[in-house]
Amino acid sequence: MTVPVTSARAVRGGTGKPLLSIRDFKVEYRTGSGTTVQAVRGVDLDLYPGESLALVGESGCGKTTFGLGLLRLLPRLGHASGQVTFNRGDGTEIDVLGLDGRDLRQFRWRDAAMVFQGAMNAFNPVLKIRGHMHDTMRAHTKATKQEIEERAAELLRLVRLEPERVMDSYPHELSGGMRQRVLIAMSLLLEPEVLILDEPTTALDILTQRSVVDVLHEVRERLGFSMIFISHDLSLAAELADRVATMYAGRIIETGGVRDMFYKPRHPYTLGLIKAVPPIVGDLPDLESIPGGPPSLAALPTGCSFHPRCKFATDECQEVDPPLIPITDEPGDAHDVACIHSDQVHLERRTAS
Amino acid sequence: MTAVDETPAVQDASGKPLMTLDGVSQVFDTKAGPIRAVDQANLSINPGEVLCLVGESGSGKTTAARMAAGLTRPSSGQVMFDGTDIWSLKKRDFRDFRRSVQYVHQDPYASLNPTRTIQQTLTAPLLKHGVVKGKQAAAERAYELLTKVDLTPPENYLSKYPHQLSGGQRQRVAVARALTLDPKIIIADESTSMLDVSIRISVLAMLGRLRDELGVGFLFITHDLAIAKYFGWRGRTAVMYLGRIVEFGPTPRIINAPTHPYTRALIDAIPEPDPDLTRTKNAESLRSLEIPSLAHLPPGCAFHPRCGRFEDGLCDGDVPQLIQVRPGQSAACHVVARDGADEPAA
Repeated sequence: MTVPVTSARAVRGGTGKPLLSIRDFKVEYRTGSGTTVQAVRGVDLDLYPGESLALVGESGCGKTTFGLGLLRLLPRLGHASGQVTFNRGDGTEIDVLGLDGRDLRQFRWRDAAMVFQGAMNAFNPVLKIRGHMHDTMRAHTKATKQEIEERAAELLRLVRLEPERVMDSYPHELSGGMRQRVLIAMSLLLEPEVLILDEPTTALDILTQRSVVDVLHEVRERLGFSMIFISHDLSLAAELADRVATMYAGRIIETGGVRDMFYKPRHPYTLGLIKAVPPIVGDLPDLESIPGGPPSLAALPTGCSFHPRCKFATDECQEVDPPLIPITDEPGDAHDVACIHSDQVHLERRTAS
Repeated sequence: MTAVDETPAVQDASGKPLMTLDGVSQVFDTKAGPIRAVDQANLSINPGEVLCLVGESGSGKTTAARMAAGLTRPSSGQVMFDGTDIWSLKKRDFRDFRRSVQYVHQDPYASLNPTRTIQQTLTAPLLKHGVVKGKQAAAERAYELLTKVDLTPPENYLSKYPHQLSGGQRQRVAVARALTLDPKIIIADESTSMLDVSIRISVLAMLGRLRDELGVGFLFITHDLAIAKYFGWRGRTAVMYLGRIVEFGPTPRIINAPTHPYTRALIDAIPEPDPDLTRTKNAESLRSLEIPSLAHLPPGCAFHPRCGRFEDGLCDGDVPQLIQVRPGQSAACHVVARDGADEPAA
């Protein structure tokens, strides 16, 4: 189950130095019965400045745990290990997993912020939005009241909200889509270089979801931060991502540019996910489902964890857990896959019309 | 790109509809005053047909479905089943009606009794309603039903409890339970929206097979137009907004050639699982993102404060009626009614 740390990956794709460099990242949870379960099993990933990376996969694949682990927000029974290096704009390198106390608080919000699923739970229900803005800014900066007001208003306008109205509202007085946009504005208060969004539009109505997506497009263009967004919705990844990483059973099993991933997926699981999404434009497509469900992390299949659901699986797949390796020689076109049968995997169905 | 010519013919009133919602309204009294959750809706379901009801939260989809299922009595209008107003039925006949129309909820974890095994869940209605005689026969029927919903081999599931099953498996059990009483119509209310993409498609495929093999009709409620398209392609779709049906027609038409600005906005807003396509989609412009409260509906067309095609004096006057704009397709929009529906872009 050991995954080789491929340092070769680091220089591929993207430009310059990665903002976030993740090597052999693991998260373990202690269970009630004294055992441990590995929810993230050795992830290697680089996030480049300005890049938007989508992390996709079914529920229970470790996506949220991965995001929480990166920001050291795991519950007490969780433990993260490996190497996470954050390269600050000023040239300093930060060992995220070694941070503590004040430094850790500085890293969160200032360097990296997270927008959670279910916006209501992220707010203090008895505090107006103004209170949230001031609390966040005061905890991290020496900004004056006036400066905080201006900064908050600027960001609220950026997410297409009226500061005059929103600042004096309690969270419950806002609609779901407004709350989600307030959260995005708040997460950007301290100009983080990385934004992690966990299912940012799930549970929102279609038109509201569209407005949040449009807002994300806009603010990213204006502010130029990098983002990792976690989603089970592949269409959202198609819309928002520069690069896509597919996660299965705690590992990244394929990663590549968004066009490569959607038009030329090479892992049977990515292929299966794409073939299961009904498009809205055009005729009735042939959809296929992936049989079964993700395995329990406490009882993973031998070899490749996907083999029991995979139509390409052979005997060898029960023995070998393939590492994530590059499959393309084209420079700047990093596409890595963890499958010994990747040369047989082809998406034939869809052509961009 | 659109497949309008290949649109399967939808027999509208050729066959006798099994169920008709005839001008039904549901008014709830609240502190803020009366709320019309559903306002004069007309719908019909033919035997074996799929009728999709789509719309955002608060549009009245579930309220309409509850009236169709006989769970709530409409404030006005009639629910007709097999030609009779269900609220004029005698107690026993009403019970028969309730057997014929089964409801599958969104969350199978909430709708299945956690203390009952799957076998008990399935045999209880069979025995209670006397569908089969004796426990042995009931057990055999339960076995059969699990096979129908692809939970095979059934012996692996019969003695399990809901918490031992995955979400997709639980929803299949909920469908099997709905089938115990040989329903003519299944009302599926967001039945697949809690499931992961890949599992969702297999559950929908299973429901589609039930429709074909057993001739069950579906009232299929979803907020996800792509799912309505996939499941209801051969049927019809009604789009609801703030309690009213604003567009209605054969599903391929609603999806590929919508006429009402609201339907257009919904369809344009959905991201596509295709990076090039989704980034070049043009969106119907909206003036506002705010959904008005049902307690304070705007005058005239309820969509006018958000609609990009709003015309002063036209749209905020009378409430637009649902009228035919193309053969088999109707919309409730003053602008479309005046200008006609532009033909779908080829």
